[in-house]
Amino acid sequence: MNVVDLEKKLIQVARQDKPSNNVPYAFEKRIMTFLRPLPTPDCWGLWAGALWRAAVPCLLLMMVLTVWSVVPSSNSSYSTNVPQEMDNTVLAAIDQVAEQPE
Amino acid sequence: MEPTEAELIAAVLKGDTAKFEPLVEKYSPRVFATARRYARRESEVEDIAQEVWTKAFQKLASFRGEAPFEHWLMRLTVRTCYDFLRVHQRNREKNFSELTDAEDDWLERCVRQPESVETDAEAARQLVNHVLEQLSPAARMVITLLEIEDKSVKEIAEITGWSVPLVKVRAFRARAEMRKLLTKIAKDKYL
Repeated sequence: MNVVDLEKKLIQVARQDKPSNNVPYAFEKRIMTFLRPLPTPDCWGLWAGALWRAAVPCLLLMMVLTVWSVVPSSNSSYSTNVPQEMDNTVLAAIDQVAEQPE
Repeated sequence: MEPTEAELIAAVLKGDTAKFEPLVEKYSPRVFATARRYARRESEVEDIAQEVWTKAFQKLASFRGEAPFEHWLMRLTVRTCYDFLRVHQRNREKNFSELTDAEDDWLERCVRQPESVETDAEAARQLVNHVLEQLSPAARMVITLLEIEDKSVKEIAEITGWSVPLVKVRAFRARAEMRKLLTKIAKDKYL
């Protein structure tokens, strides 16, 4: 067997065998999707969005607290004379000692 | 009026990624044809093409516009194919005992009547692929470019990035490797 002839023949075959230049459907779209950079997060935008979302609950909470603090409770059992109550509580022990018979 | 290649490239470099799409569309057929010279499975061909375009996008700033974009892209494609061959080197088949009947038959007819054997037969193409797959990556690259695509040594040096003397040395070794391989086939089959 002549190896040189076989080599020439095989090279001839390879030359005739032109590879196909078909491109898969929408290949360029796939590449573009792959290449498109991921959107970088906008920190200020995220912060502003969070603030806007928090604004309504904060307003509601503020209104509830305002109403609660302004409107007096109707069935409150606490005295409004806070300094007198304070004095009574602090001096209660002394009063008890003074009242005890010797 | 459609923008020129230089305008498209300049736009991509400025950040307009969408302008890269016309380039992908225009040159993908050549990239695929080149990749199919080195990879048989279609999934591998697609992987090579995808890698070529990713590299092209990433290295676009290094394209200076002195030569046509197509030449620059083809250099990138061939080098990516070479990397692919080197990575898949271990997967190469080791013997010729698994030739199909059709390949065996073509080989036998080629030996007996080399003038009459047809060169466009499917078996012949398969046999060529079989032989090329057995070569080392450098040998396969040189044989493909020099003998099959009929490129000059200087062109191969430009495409591969090897020096001219290195291409010559590799071409000499590649031919020797191929003859050694064919001698092995002859011994396996006819001795």
